Amino acid sequence: MNALLLSAILGVVMMFSGILLKSKAAVRNLAIAGLCVLLLANILEMCGTIFFNIDTKGMIVFDNFSLLFNSIAFVSTLLYLLLSARDMEKVGVNYAEYFALIFFILCGITLTSSFKSLLILFLGIEIISIPLYILTGSDKKNLKSNEASLKYFLLGAFSTGLMLMGIAFIYGAMGTFSTVSIGAFTASKPSALLIAGMLLLLFSMSFKASVAPFHFWTPDVYDGAPTVFTSFMATIVKAAVFIAFIRLFDDAFGFQQKQWQLFIAILTVATLFIGNITAVFQQSVKRMLAYSSIAQAGFMMLSLYAMNADAKEGLLLYTAAYSFATIGIFAVLIKMKDYTFDGFNGFAKHQPLLAATTTIFLLSLAGIPLTAGFLSKFYMLKAVMAEDKNLWLVIFAVLMAAVSVYYYFRVIQAMYFKEGDAQPMEVTPAFKWTLVVLAALVILLGIFPDLLLIWFYF
Amino acid sequence: MIPVLLILIPLLTGLAAFFFKNDKNVRLWSLGVSLFTLGVSIMGLSLKDGAGPLAFHGEWMQTLGSSFSVKLDGMGQLLCLLNAIAYPLVILATWNSSYKKANNFFALMLLAQAGMMGVFLATDALLFYFLWELALIPMYFLCSQWGGEKRIAVTFKFFIYTFIGSLLMLIGILYIYSHTPDHSFSIESFYNAVLSRKEQHTVFWLIFIAFAIKMPIFPLHTWQPDTYEQSPTATTMILSGVMVKMGLFGMLRWLFPVVPFASFQWGDFITSAALIGVIYASLIAIKQNDLKRLIAYSSIAHIGLMCAAAFTQNISGLQGLMIQMFNHGINIIGLWIVVELIERQFGTRKISELGGLAQKAPVLAVLLVIVALANIALPLTNAFPGEFLMFNGIFSSKTNYYLWFTIMAGMGIILGAVYTLNMIRKVFYGTTNELTNTAMDIKWNEKLALGIIVAIIFLFGIYPQFLLNSTVAVTDTIIDKFEMLNNTLPKQ
Repeated sequence: MNALLLSAILGVVMMFSGILLKSKAAVRNLAIAGLCVLLLANILEMCGTIFFNIDTKGMIVFDNFSLLFNSIAFVSTLLYLLLSARDMEKVGVNYAEYFALIFFILCGITLTSSFKSLLILFLGIEIISIPLYILTGSDKKNLKSNEASLKYFLLGAFSTGLMLMGIAFIYGAMGTFSTVSIGAFTASKPSALLIAGMLLLLFSMSFKASVAPFHFWTPDVYDGAPTVFTSFMATIVKAAVFIAFIRLFDDAFGFQQKQWQLFIAILTVATLFIGNITAVFQQSVKRMLAYSSIAQAGFMMLSLYAMNADAKEGLLLYTAAYSFATIGIFAVLIKMKDYTFDGFNGFAKHQPLLAATTTIFLLSLAGIPLTAGFLSKFYMLKAVMAEDKNLWLVIFAVLMAAVSVYYYFRVIQAMYFKEGDAQPMEVTPAFKWTLVVLAALVILLGIFPDLLLIWFYF
Repeated sequence: MIPVLLILIPLLTGLAAFFFKNDKNVRLWSLGVSLFTLGVSIMGLSLKDGAGPLAFHGEWMQTLGSSFSVKLDGMGQLLCLLNAIAYPLVILATWNSSYKKANNFFALMLLAQAGMMGVFLATDALLFYFLWELALIPMYFLCSQWGGEKRIAVTFKFFIYTFIGSLLMLIGILYIYSHTPDHSFSIESFYNAVLSRKEQHTVFWLIFIAFAIKMPIFPLHTWQPDTYEQSPTATTMILSGVMVKMGLFGMLRWLFPVVPFASFQWGDFITSAALIGVIYASLIAIKQNDLKRLIAYSSIAHIGLMCAAAFTQNISGLQGLMIQMFNHGINIIGLWIVVELIERQFGTRKISELGGLAQKAPVLAVLLVIVALANIALPLTNAFPGEFLMFNGIFSSKTNYYLWFTIMAGMGIILGAVYTLNMIRKVFYGTTNELTNTAMDIKWNEKLALGIIVAIIFLFGIYPQFLLNSTVAVTDTIIDKFEMLNNTLPKQ
């Protein structure tokens, strides 16, 4: 509850800071300080100190799962702001508003991670989506950015419509919005209305999480949006949607697993296949990362398929591992002049530290041991293997992971083994050190995942 | 504590090596720490099997059911010793090669050593997998950064091959894990895992492919000659001398005792593939003009024979295999050192462009001939007892095709003599040409490295009992598993 209210208040504060504070540095520092307060408040709630106690009639419940994810999201956002907040200046003139929108998105994220009612889920998803439409189009004079924003808005509105319809169907079938009451339904044969509603929810959530075949907006939107905001969209927001996804299906439809498991399996296979195979053919690192985010979504889908204790635990680790690594790569990418693979040629010679950290992030995304990416993939595989008889899905997933090595290693090859003269734009020492901290976090989580996951059971 | 030291020393000193500025210092540093590692490893050897300091157990990733447990047993001792001997030899022999950014080169080499040590020591499946990959990643960077012209594509092929294998092995490990009685990754739980016959087949193939790629055995060997050719020679020495043993070792430690039934069932099939590989690789080796490729194919042939011996599943075959893992590592490093010396001096590895070296470089010639004779397992050299035992094992194995297998293995040996002696004849004897006229003999450090190898060749050629004694306990454990096969297997 702390984080929910504070993030909304901070969003408003940031909106007015644009008028009150003259210098951009002051706005930036205010945002970073605000985020620190937000993170602190959330951690205090994890330890049992609750500032605000509002009775929501069970519609919002902050449990270990949601609080831990909120912390992961806030830490990721903090690192994101430390690395990339400066680069937002280049996007447009409304500097303070960008931060306000980011805080509103965080407010939506706290809702999607803690809802126990379909209405709150809807609210959360909308609070996330609307600021994102604006951020995507924030580069007003760039046609690609405008196009991406419009495309995102139209398709997003459509999927929101589907979601509302699904919620209406479920309400018609069950007479309640509460996911707990829906989950308590144990009749042998669910009604057609409930199944239809469930599928509509599945499809609209798949759209938001860019799961194939609902992924077509992703590459264009990620490519068109200003790179600073793509970084935020592709990591923290995507993770939040997955958290909502697993929470919804675990609470509301857990006992009907047999009804939707096959659907999820098909979506998973399609997502893994399309994401990985298409990423192989990209020439631009930014587009490659867009497809890689689809591929990673495919791996996260495995946790939905398995839906057991390992899966929930693993998904938390996955969101952290994926967000940290992707934020790091994007932070470096923003500094590059040329976004193609060749733009990275010889990067290691000029910036050994940046190249080394980028390598760690790429290794993590590819799932190489000693990085957080490996353990999170390992958790997914373990969760699915516990179900037994799912060997084909697991084998398919690892073969696709092997494909992913191809495009992640292309960047490493360009940086280290090819001759070239890749120079980043100006890089401050603070930026470098933040990247080192981020890389250290990735490795630390890869060796001691218990440091994070202990909070899940705390 | 000794196994922990064996992993930590190269790991930490390797990380430290990244920060060296001076080339000479980093060489001295790596030589010093690798000698120190060798000392620790010999200290481990002097302790009795099962002694307290030879095992370590620490908490790690409890939520996953994994722990940091390492143990040094007979087979591990032998391979750790090989790993520890190989490094000082390689660094000494390549002292005069210059590398761009030598600090990174030696740092990665030491990290790879830490990974390989860990593979030979781990008694926890997840830890084993971690270290298996830790050994691979530095190798990828070493070959891609300091290799030959086509290095990027070739090394990438190598990496993808082994990575796919590793991932399938990971699924196999998870599969066994979900069938262990107490849901843990420890080796004891794995040995007690209850798997039906059908499940054993699945697990066997999931895991075996990783080891088969690493060894490599026919027909999964295609990455190997290219990678050996393109890698810097120091890396090739480690790859072929130590790293390929990881596959054989993994089979003996993690595959046979866990799925004895499937290992027995598929034995004939895999032995056939391995022996076809022996003959195939030997025939190609005869035709090779490039020294590096010749030795690469010779390595495939030797490994194929060892793989066949592994599947004999009797004491003679397994004992022969264990000492041969050690001796093959020593011999092939000797051969690579000679290739490195020739290439550095003449700038070519083509056999047709060389000749008459024996007149100009008599010391090199004598040392090479000894190493080469060891490579074809002449009596009194270290490879002889191993190959003899492996032959004996293949001949007395329980399979119906033992005679065929023995004949094929024998042909491999004969062909091995053909290409090895042919190489000596063409490179060292005959008349000198313009290139080799100005040849000089080898320097003291190279003499020292080759001299040590020759000493080891004779030592274990004449007195192999020492090696055999240290592995007998491990062999018995594996044999026991096969003997218990019929009693413990659940009915389908």
